[in-house]
Amino acid sequence: MKNGKKILAAALSLVMGLSLCACNNGGSGSDKNELIIGGIGPMTGPTAQYGNGVMNAAQLAVEEINAAGGVNGMTLKFIPQDDENVSEKAENAYNSLKDSGAKLIIGTVTSTPCKAISPLTKNDNMFMLTPSGSAVECVQFDNAFRICFSDPNQGIAAAQYIKNNNVASKIGVIYDSSDVYSSGIYEKFRTEAASLGLEIVSSQAFTSDSNKDFSVQLQQIKSAGADLIFLPIYYQEAALILTQAHNAGLETKFFGCDGLDGVIKQLGNDAAYAEGVMLLTAYTSDSKEEKSAAFTKAYSEKYNDSNPNQFAADAYDAVYTIKVALEKADVKDASISASELCDLLKKAMTEIEVDGVTGHMVWDESGEPTKDPKAMQIVDGAYTALD
Amino acid sequence: MKKTLSASTKSNLITYAMLAVIFAVVQLLSVTGNLSSLVSGLLVPICMYIILAVSLNLTVGILGDLSLGHAGFMCVGAYSSAIFSMLTKDVISADLLRYVLALLVGGAFAAIFGILIGIPVLRLKGDYLAIVTLAFGEIIKVIVNNMYIAKDIHGVHFAMLTSISDMGLDEGSKEVILNGPQGISGTPQTKSFVIAFVLVVITVAVILNLINSRTGRAIMSIRDNRIAAESVGINVTKYKLMAFSVSAFFAGVAGVIYSHNTYALQATTKNFGYDMSILILVLVVLGGIGSIKGSILSSIILISLPEILRDFQKYRMLIYAILLIVMMIVNNNPVTKAFFKKIFGSLKRLLPKKKAAEKSSEVTQ
Repeated sequence: MKNGKKILAAALSLVMGLSLCACNNGGSGSDKNELIIGGIGPMTGPTAQYGNGVMNAAQLAVEEINAAGGVNGMTLKFIPQDDENVSEKAENAYNSLKDSGAKLIIGTVTSTPCKAISPLTKNDNMFMLTPSGSAVECVQFDNAFRICFSDPNQGIAAAQYIKNNNVASKIGVIYDSSDVYSSGIYEKFRTEAASLGLEIVSSQAFTSDSNKDFSVQLQQIKSAGADLIFLPIYYQEAALILTQAHNAGLETKFFGCDGLDGVIKQLGNDAAYAEGVMLLTAYTSDSKEEKSAAFTKAYSEKYNDSNPNQFAADAYDAVYTIKVALEKADVKDASISASELCDLLKKAMTEIEVDGVTGHMVWDESGEPTKDPKAMQIVDGAYTALD
Repeated sequence: MKKTLSASTKSNLITYAMLAVIFAVVQLLSVTGNLSSLVSGLLVPICMYIILAVSLNLTVGILGDLSLGHAGFMCVGAYSSAIFSMLTKDVISADLLRYVLALLVGGAFAAIFGILIGIPVLRLKGDYLAIVTLAFGEIIKVIVNNMYIAKDIHGVHFAMLTSISDMGLDEGSKEVILNGPQGISGTPQTKSFVIAFVLVVITVAVILNLINSRTGRAIMSIRDNRIAAESVGINVTKYKLMAFSVSAFFAGVAGVIYSHNTYALQATTKNFGYDMSILILVLVVLGGIGSIKGSILSSIILISLPEILRDFQKYRMLIYAILLIVMMIVNNNPVTKAFFKKIFGSLKRLLPKKKAAEKSSEVTQ
């Protein structure tokens, strides 16, 4: 009996605690005409660098906009929430942001949580702009838009570039079958390559549980006689592959997508292994282009000299896209309801044009951006544009 | 009447009363609109974790075998039921009926796997059993990550180690159900706290009754001394298998709740791998091995804590870890135990006095 009371008391106090949390949230920011933007992404765990890049860059952009006088008299406030790259945590993060009074969402950063919260945001009619959720389903509902390329678009663009520039004819592929991004690109690349007459001599998969040793895959591709290896993967694995390929004496060309941005830094002292690697991307941290360079400089100054990655650039563009859309929709009062705001922004998004650090973008109702990937090649340890 | 209540019945009644109070408080808050979106979104997952912890407690606390593959059974339940719901969403239009069937399908599949795994595995003891169950959980995850299921006008197609586009489906009527590592998206959602709570009550009732039955005593005798149990004629394999498969069944039910609560179902280390198995074990250990009440409370506290700490942003995980350590220490510290005993003891002294006074007044009447 004694034990029972103790437990009851604990349960009651917990429930009371929960209800307290319920009360102290919500409704903040209404006095200052402050529009709250919620951010969702992985800030802890193995994919934390993507989430942190996005959150840092979005915070940077919000501070810049506020310093320049805000949007239509409103100031912006950015609240990041962690989803650990897990669907159920993303739902919690989204609910928590709703409690904090967020009126629109930048997120989520990764594709699977993005798919998971898309029906929730649709249900609430909450405007959602994902900087880097590239899976097709991320923007399946009309309230969702994205900044990055979709996976299929990247796959098609890569195959076309290889064909049109006669980069290679026999292609080997190494991709991450457990990753939506990687397998999404690979699927489209394969069908496009087949229709263009490119031959995929060997395609090798790995999963997030076995992403350290690639010697088997590299040997298979070598014996299949490929003269180019297509890497629709992220830079961490790519750096390992490049190192192991060098050690195995493989002399093929390498071709990647935007996930490869950052590979030079990842290789560190072995950056020479990345020499000659080609990639299609919208942004690189050592770009000489005026806007990109300004962003890179501002980001490194604010966050201890760290270089922004592709994700950060997408998030920076996302905040400025929201600014342009808010101006277009002529939203002046931050106390507008999330649903009304969503209806206004949905319409505005299809009417605006944004010149961001990841290029020139326009959107249609599907939520997909139209922009051109740029082909880059790593020459003397730096990204150089190919034309 | 009161004197005839045994200690275990009393303890069970307290457990049910506790569940009733929790339910009443949550309903009250939700009716009066005091429930934040975060908390209302957490209700169903918390119910799921309670079921997981209570069912694992049957294996770890009552049977006395350390199992690290609980998430594997959950995975079986989640995937089998999600596939079932995806296939029947056009046939069975009543959401509730489909969900109940899905629960049975998920639970049954997990129980079958429990028996299949249990037959070879339960011959092992201690660390060896833990390692094999851990491996089982990982194997399940790898298998579902390589399964492809799709539907077109010709029927349902199933394949392993391939890709959807290699399956030669009819493009016009193609409907992908399970896309390998990318999992299942678009499972019909049933986010009902009431149903989840009813499932918690059923789980707790079944497991408490099992523990207090003849079977339960047989299972506990195996835990306490296997040789002695065998010598009095208890069929060790049978009772071990029974406990293991009941535990697996409820893990499967929890998996069904999980898969029907998330739009994008994917098998990763975080949700169906060893991370999850360890998390469930932590819930059991922190609540007290063998204590059903403890499992329920620790699930509620440990699952809601990191979410409630969201306001602390970057320091969230740090604070969570510190709180975990503090709770572990406080739970086992004689000084704090004595302190709580004193507080609750004084509370208790007030109550029996009243009762005693009532009793004496009854007597005088």
